[in-house]
Amino acid sequence: MDASNVIKNKPHKTQQQKTERRLSVWLMLPSMILLLIFFLTPMILTVVFSLTNLSLTGEAASSLHFIGFQNYLQMFKDPALATSIWNTIVFVLFSAVIGQCFFGFLIAFMMRGKNKTFRRIIGLIIIAAWVTPEVVVGFCWVAFLGDNGTLNMLAHNLLGMKPVAWLYTFPMVSIIIANVWRGTAFSMMVFQTALDDIPQEVEEAAVMDGATRWQLVTRITIPMVKGTIATNIMLVTLQTLGVFSLIYTMTGGGPENATSTLPVFMYKQAFVSYQLGYGTAISLVLLLIGALASLLYMKILKVKI
Amino acid sequence: MMRENKTVRFVQYVVLAVIALLFLLPLLWMLFSSIDTHAIQAIQLPKQPTLANFMAILTDSNIMRSFGIGLLVSGFQAIFVVLISVLAAYPLSRYPLPWKKPFLLSILFLTSLPMTAVIVPVYQMFLYLKFQNSLIATTVFMISTSLPYGIWMMKNFMDSVPHELEEAAWIDGSTVWEGVRKVVLPLMLPGIFTIGIFTFTGSWGNFFVPFILITSPEKLPASVTIFQFFGNNGLVNYGQLAAFSVLYTLPVVILYTFAQRYMSQGFSFGGAVK
Repeated sequence: MDASNVIKNKPHKTQQQKTERRLSVWLMLPSMILLLIFFLTPMILTVVFSLTNLSLTGEAASSLHFIGFQNYLQMFKDPALATSIWNTIVFVLFSAVIGQCFFGFLIAFMMRGKNKTFRRIIGLIIIAAWVTPEVVVGFCWVAFLGDNGTLNMLAHNLLGMKPVAWLYTFPMVSIIIANVWRGTAFSMMVFQTALDDIPQEVEEAAVMDGATRWQLVTRITIPMVKGTIATNIMLVTLQTLGVFSLIYTMTGGGPENATSTLPVFMYKQAFVSYQLGYGTAISLVLLLIGALASLLYMKILKVKI
Repeated sequence: MMRENKTVRFVQYVVLAVIALLFLLPLLWMLFSSIDTHAIQAIQLPKQPTLANFMAILTDSNIMRSFGIGLLVSGFQAIFVVLISVLAAYPLSRYPLPWKKPFLLSILFLTSLPMTAVIVPVYQMFLYLKFQNSLIATTVFMISTSLPYGIWMMKNFMDSVPHELEEAAWIDGSTVWEGVRKVVLPLMLPGIFTIGIFTFTGSWGNFFVPFILITSPEKLPASVTIFQFFGNNGLVNYGQLAAFSVLYTLPVVILYTFAQRYMSQGFSFGGAVK
């Protein structure tokens, strides 16, 4: 557009901009209102309530007042909080970062260049686990690992082993395996797309230059999908941080606090012990961890708008 | 694809088959037990396959009501998320707005927050506003939680519809609204379906929110009533639990199969400009 045109259009342009802005406000009003009421308000209330003696029952329920940082003092003195944070780290690290990402990559990598029908069938089975609702996944794994479940039956029939109470003896391992089972499909699909985008010539050239398989994978393939790996790790971390239903169905956070991650711990304090104020203080910790991961994710992605 | 020697290929086939088997086993339990009235916790081939478990679920009016409630909640949630996201996405995609960047960044930030974390204050808000046990309020809350994701995706889908096509419609005398309805929306139908289906399945599987916000049993959706099989006496009717699980998983499977067709169709309407 040349200069004379700009000058000629100027009054018209601002008029148009005004209309556009007015229209935009109206169009975005419904989402703004909903986000304000049900997203921002609860987040602000999280901070406010965490400073009160809010509770569902008892005297405190009728006389709400500020108690300063008492909930936080209680929280940091509570050994169960340290356990829950540790559990959350272990659960996220092993089920999301290591489990889902690693297996997702491995499966996607091995699927390359395989028989098309074979790929389809394997892909369908793995995606079926991902599509299944979380609660049903929990039931399926309880049936698999339960005292009278499939694993014990197989171990007894094939190896003559005595039944093991897997969910009780290895609770954390159990929920990690179930979450890996459920989530691997997502990483697999992400890596499949990324691997398909690697130009064939690059790998062929490396093979011509005498690269071994191992060198090919570590020096060519992985560096080329590095960005996807980082993005995927952040995405599955954020998804796994909030997992509640799966753990609730399988172990209820127990035995003791062995599988109580932050969401489960928050639920127990707020809705089982009726300490809403304390529960909110825990939510804030979870929100802050999520916010940190979220910001990190946006930084890694280098979002351009 | 590079040359691979035969042993490596063979080992990879075996490893993949074993992994697939491990993925299949827990699901097979659900399928086998659902057609077996004598189902136990361990997987076993049904001696007399029967649909009795399914009949028991399908004729139980309480269970059917919970399925209906689930369909309504998830259906409304999907429809409203799509509608409200389209409205918000249009100006974000088409107009140069001064506050566009901060708004979009906040939206992206919100998509990643663990929503589990705000349930306690939301519960408190519901108590205060006397919204507790209200399916409508619960649905509105669930709509709100899906909006950041919905708006973000919708804006991206809309960006990929070339602006020139819309302008051509304007020149032909269409209004902005007609341009959106006749040009933009039809072209981003795959995107709309993707967002709608993701929202629906997410909502259908959401156990936590209705579990906390809904208190009367007759208002609970299927995602919560599935727990009823863990009877008071500690006995579990595994056959019926499995049949319920199959029926409950079915809509999601159907929708994903549908969505895959749409998604594999791709978003290749760039050709329309050339």
